[in-house]
Amino acid sequence: MATFVKFTLDGKIYLSEDGAPLVEAARACGVFIPTLCNYTGIPPKGACRICTVLINGLPATACTTKVVEGLNVQTSTPELESFRQAIVEILFAEGNHLCPSCEKSGSCELQALAYRYRVTVPHFPYLFPRRDVEAWHPKLLKDHNRCIQCKRCIRGIRNPAGKALFAFGKRGDRVVINIDPVTSQNISDALAQQAMDICPVGAILRKGKGFDVPIGRRTYDRTPIGAELRS
Amino acid sequence: MPKKIIATASLAGCFGCHMSFLDIDERLLDLIELVEFDKSPFNDLKEFSRACDIGLIEGGCCNDENVHTLINFRQRCRVLVAVGECAIMGGLPSLRNVIPLQECLAEAYLHGPTVAGGATPNVIPHDPDLPKILDRVYPCHEIVKMDYFLPGCPPRADLIWDALVALVTGQELKWPYATFKFD
Ligand code: SF4
Ligand code: FES
Repeated sequence: MATFVKFTLDGKIYLSEDGAPLVEAARACGVFIPTLCNYTGIPPKGACRICTVLINGLPATACTTKVVEGLNVQTSTPELESFRQAIVEILFAEGNHLCPSCEKSGSCELQALAYRYRVTVPHFPYLFPRRDVEAWHPKLLKDHNRCIQCKRCIRGIRNPAGKALFAFGKRGDRVVINIDPVTSQNISDALAQQAMDICPVGAILRKGKGFDVPIGRRTYDRTPIGAELRS
Repeated sequence: MPKKIIATASLAGCFGCHMSFLDIDERLLDLIELVEFDKSPFNDLKEFSRACDIGLIEGGCCNDENVHTLINFRQRCRVLVAVGECAIMGGLPSLRNVIPLQECLAEAYLHGPTVAGGATPNVIPHDPDLPKILDRVYPCHEIVKMDYFLPGCPPRADLIWDALVALVTGQELKWPYATFKFD
């Protein structure tokens, strides 16, 4: 049987299962901590840092922190909020994020966070990196311009034989997320959809499926990300 | 209250932002009670006739003429607003920013699949009367100081209206989630 522990979120005491990931525990308590590289059900990575909170006064990522008895968490301070906004701005500046021509627009987590933080223009110069578009996979389109290197696809997508479909190449600011060209030849529509859904942005798309939800009915058209929770 | 003077320009844009402005519909009648237009495609005035209160810029800078126009607007307008994604970040024209200019022009005018082969050899246009194309498309704030940014492709008419009312009356812009969009 699960043991329950007491922990504190923004000064209020809550109960959670011992060892639960802090982002999930907070969500269960109705408190929103923004995430990008994290995805429920796959191992956390701690890559994007947007979920940074103060734990006993020190910054730490909430997706990789497990709840223990007495954990004292501050989820939102003016400094944390502007730090998170800066992460969103950096991601917009370092890739080629042309929202008007992106199939994921309206349902993109990065865009939704930019709306949440009211980012009109990044404080950082746009880099306009030269990146490829891989349109030759039978079911998937990989647009490297939009990839934020969260690696959710690497951690989360495997074919029925257990083989990973995505892997990264190169390092640092050159890192690219590749699709295995052999495995990608023969994947089901369901797996292709799963890959598209796991990507927070429009870097993995199912072919022939773009723009199938009208403007106004996409995930974040009317409802801000995290709106169902307190922040 | 004397009417505020507005000027508008479309640089490397598609005129969609100007069209969205017109989508304020019958509020145009309220607007002309509040403002007067100086240089703008709306009235076809090609030159500034006076100093302006508000300059609205659609589009980024893709050629030298855009840069001169933008600098001129900065000099003539007290408040300068980047309207739409192209003005803010280059927008769709900036798709070419990752391709070297020479390659881009060669594809467009010499070797592209839609270039018709005629009797005369294809050339890259270079008439001195044509604006010189820049190495890449520049967001407006990389050329001059911009005071405000209205995102959207195009920005919703409601946002343009709300922003104009805020600028003209000096009140804070209430910005509902529904009009904060990048597409
Ligand atoms: S392709 Fe998508 S899911 Fe994969 S690393 Fe890039 S942004 Fe993340
Ligand atoms: S969501 Fe925690 S580091 Fe990315």
